[in-house]
Amino acid sequence: MSAGFYVIAILIVGSAVAAMSLRNLVHCALSLAVTFAGLALAYLQLQAQFVGFAQVLVYVGAVAILIVFAILLTRGGDSEKEAILSPGWVWGLGIAALVFVVAGGAVVSSKLLPTVQRATPAATVKQIGDQLMTQYILPLEVIGLLLTAALIGAVIIAMRETEGGQ
Amino acid sequence: MDLAWVNLKHWLVGLAPAAAQPWFASLITVAALIGAFASLFAVTTLLERKGLGRMQNRYGPNRVGPFGLLQPIADGVKSLTKEDIVPRSADAVVHFLAPMVLVVPVFLALAVLPVGRNMAAVDLDAGVLFFFAVGAATELAVFMAGWSSRNKYSMLGAMRALAQMISYELPLILSAVTVIMAVGSLSTTEIVRAQSGYWGILPQWHVLTPWGFAGFILFMIAAAAESNRSPFDLPEGESEIIAGYYIEYSGFKFALFFLGEYIGMFAISGLGITLFLGGWTAPLSFLTWIPSWIWFFGKLLALICVFIWVRGTLPRLRMDQLMNFAWKFMLPLALINIVITGLWRFMPPGLMRWAVCAVLVVGPYVLLGQGLFRGNKFGPRTYRFADS
Repeated sequence: MSAGFYVIAILIVGSAVAAMSLRNLVHCALSLAVTFAGLALAYLQLQAQFVGFAQVLVYVGAVAILIVFAILLTRGGDSEKEAILSPGWVWGLGIAALVFVVAGGAVVSSKLLPTVQRATPAATVKQIGDQLMTQYILPLEVIGLLLTAALIGAVIIAMRETEGGQ
Repeated sequence: MDLAWVNLKHWLVGLAPAAAQPWFASLITVAALIGAFASLFAVTTLLERKGLGRMQNRYGPNRVGPFGLLQPIADGVKSLTKEDIVPRSADAVVHFLAPMVLVVPVFLALAVLPVGRNMAAVDLDAGVLFFFAVGAATELAVFMAGWSSRNKYSMLGAMRALAQMISYELPLILSAVTVIMAVGSLSTTEIVRAQSGYWGILPQWHVLTPWGFAGFILFMIAAAAESNRSPFDLPEGESEIIAGYYIEYSGFKFALFFLGEYIGMFAISGLGITLFLGGWTAPLSFLTWIPSWIWFFGKLLALICVFIWVRGTLPRLRMDQLMNFAWKFMLPLALINIVITGLWRFMPPGLMRWAVCAVLVVGPYVLLGQGLFRGNKFGPRTYRFADS
């Protein structure tokens, strides 16, 4: 655990908390984008170049923009009048912390975890591509088909009905 | 001469104490990159104003210095000394952050461009992916600027910009995928190395193959749209929404937006040069004695001149034309181009391969173009509301 990891961890957790607790919805979306970028930094720090860049491209470039669009098209980015963090949340936080401690203790003390650190394989982008195109070609194709179906479905839902009904 | 800058850097790094050398080396690289591209920005603003002026039958700036050559300095001083105005209802923090969020990723993108032999600032294994990932962050900056200004024109400009950038990102990336397929690497230096050979005196650039030519044209059109250049400058649209998302910015923040837009254009043209025009390699085999960095920046200036020329020639598109062009014309052609690249890769070299691939490039282009134009009836313009 280097100093860099702690800086990135604080950035991720801080911006995630901000994304949940800020009053303005657009501010929340922007802090969520910071969280995504922080995760990408964490991947890069673990020498996973491909995953890190793909994280930025997909989450910061597409998902964050999508969220922003959704906010603007539905609520116009209005500010919330009352605070989102209510006193009842303190109980929730306490219970969540308790669950985390119990689950974490169980994971750490379990014998299933490999105790010996294996050398991390240096996966280049080329290897990832080769694997995706040979061994994992079927899952890749299925995901592609699924996404295409979702896309067509979204277009059909959004399409204006001119003939017949309305 | 070819390695003059690299040797200069090594000499400068040698002057520093041994412990600080890695830091010093990266500092020099970053400073040189920012310096070179910022001065290119100054040259381009002058070139654009002069060039556009000549195309519109006027002189352009000619008051400051001989032939108006010192105009960029005057512009810089002016934007630094202007008052920085923030609207009262603006979201101050986001309004302040937006120009920086735009400029920083744009400069980051320059890092992977090989601007000469051994002159890429960082040689990443996934260089092209890095470039596109960093470019995606600018969309968020445009939204931040448009939303935080609390101005309906800036909001409209931001929405237009987002819709346009997302639509044209697809053909941009898909046309770059062809090169990645042909070379088999995402590293920019590797892509340039794959194009450094010669057929006789002609270079082995990707643009000189059927799929590469089609890919290059698609890439540059999408690049113009991504960098909001005319004829795709709807997000700015001076005559409709005044200046789009940076309408409420003044002084140096406005200059930052301007800088970010131009550096973004340089970066994406630089990627186009790297992918299709052979990067820093010479265009003819007997011209290799000219230093590699001169070739890179020469090609970059040539592409910038094409951008200026296009801006002076074509009128702005309408929103529906923009979207139809991206989704119904560019996207299918980019997808077909990927298939052609695969075919090119697996067919034996020879005239047959050229003929088949050229027909496959030209055929869909003609058919799609005719098919899209068939439904349109061109006639005198009619007005729905402004009719007298």
